[in-house]
Amino acid sequence: MKATLIDYGAGNVPSVERALRRLGSEVETTNEAQRIAEADCLVLPGVGHCAALVCALDAFSLREPICWAIAKGVPFLGICLGLQALYEMSEEAPEMRSLGIFPGRVTRLPEEVKLPHMGWNTLRALRAGRLLESIPPDSYFYFAHSFAAPADGVESAAACEHGREFAAVVERENVYAVQFHPEKSGAVGAQVLRNYLRAAA
Amino acid sequence: MSLARRIIPCLDTDGARVVKGVHFEGLRDAGDPVELAARYNAEGADELVMLDIAAARDNRPTFLDTIRRVAEQLAIPLTAGGGIRTLESARAVVRAGADKITVNTAAVERPELLSELSAEFGAQAVVLAIDAKRERETWQVRIRGGREATSLSAENWAQRGVELGAGEILLTSVDRDGTQSGFDLPLTAAISRMVSVPVIASGGAKLPAHFVEVFTRGAAEAALAASIFHDQTQSIRGLKEFLRAQGVAVRLPC
Repeated sequence: MKATLIDYGAGNVPSVERALRRLGSEVETTNEAQRIAEADCLVLPGVGHCAALVCALDAFSLREPICWAIAKGVPFLGICLGLQALYEMSEEAPEMRSLGIFPGRVTRLPEEVKLPHMGWNTLRALRAGRLLESIPPDSYFYFAHSFAAPADGVESAAACEHGREFAAVVERENVYAVQFHPEKSGAVGAQVLRNYLRAAA
Repeated sequence: MSLARRIIPCLDTDGARVVKGVHFEGLRDAGDPVELAARYNAEGADELVMLDIAAARDNRPTFLDTIRRVAEQLAIPLTAGGGIRTLESARAVVRAGADKITVNTAAVERPELLSELSAEFGAQAVVLAIDAKRERETWQVRIRGGREATSLSAENWAQRGVELGAGEILLTSVDRDGTQSGFDLPLTAAISRMVSVPVIASGGAKLPAHFVEVFTRGAAEAALAASIFHDQTQSIRGLKEFLRAQGVAVRLPC
């Protein structure tokens, strides 16, 4: 099965592509609406400012094909900003509407801790899910972000804490997303991607 | 749950080879960057920093090619820098495979560079490197690989840099660099307690106890070293096991 990597110009597209290829997956990178609408398996990586992602999705007219693919059951994996984009809106770009697949808004982490939340942190599983299968519970994952989604939605499968709890892994039917960077999280990160490809197969 | 303290090996390169020196001078060959990167990735390094210390003088395509080959080896974040003066040169480094870019002299000379980088790549991708040297009761910012003095204090520059868009500070003590006498704890603690972003301490590391100190008394979020890892005086895994035994949260991959 081919993974279709949505390339809107984010910095981490090549490393996500490399990580998927290492797992033996065929990968295409595209910003064309048609190819996204016809994909078997989608990955939306992201890094940087939320406004850049949302603007790019609109500039390339990708909002509709992404939502349509998700609605018809195509497996979807969001990474970092790709997770945040699934909620209704983000405090980072309050004038913009995100994809709205999940209810709720993305907010800034508290000022009492150092931001960005940068480095390796552990997770707290909230319920069983596919992405963390066969990964030891005390594993560390690499995070680099200042904004985060609420941990209390039904879609949250695991939370992380930095100043407050936030959603680190979300899963609902065919929609998966992680706030950390699996492509930068060593062997356990590779396992998360492998688990996604398996769930998508 | 708690954020782990990071151990970051640094590859100072002349573009193609890893080099090392004392007090930013007297360079000698210390190995192949691609081989070292693969080793550190496997040993449990949390990130890798790669600097082109000959950037202003020599050939840039070689360094970009080295970034490409190093990134190929890594499943951890890569920071690259040395000679980044414009948005365009930063883009080339990111396209080659770096997750973060680090700037030093160019940001002192043109601070808006930090805002430009931050707007384009996000603050999490912008590392402000500061070389600081003790001057009586304060620390002075040095540029051009520590050779040239400036009128800036490290405290003020760090704070300004964060306001402009830096998401992390890579703080090197010029006094300690290459001496293996331990990190500059007062410098590190002063800057780390002042800024809202993570601080990577650098310069002077040798013993595992030096790392414990810099994470506790120095309040650093991460610590960087080069030669002790290159010449295998210290293994990253051994260092992390020591840190964990001392109660410092670290990531120990299996």
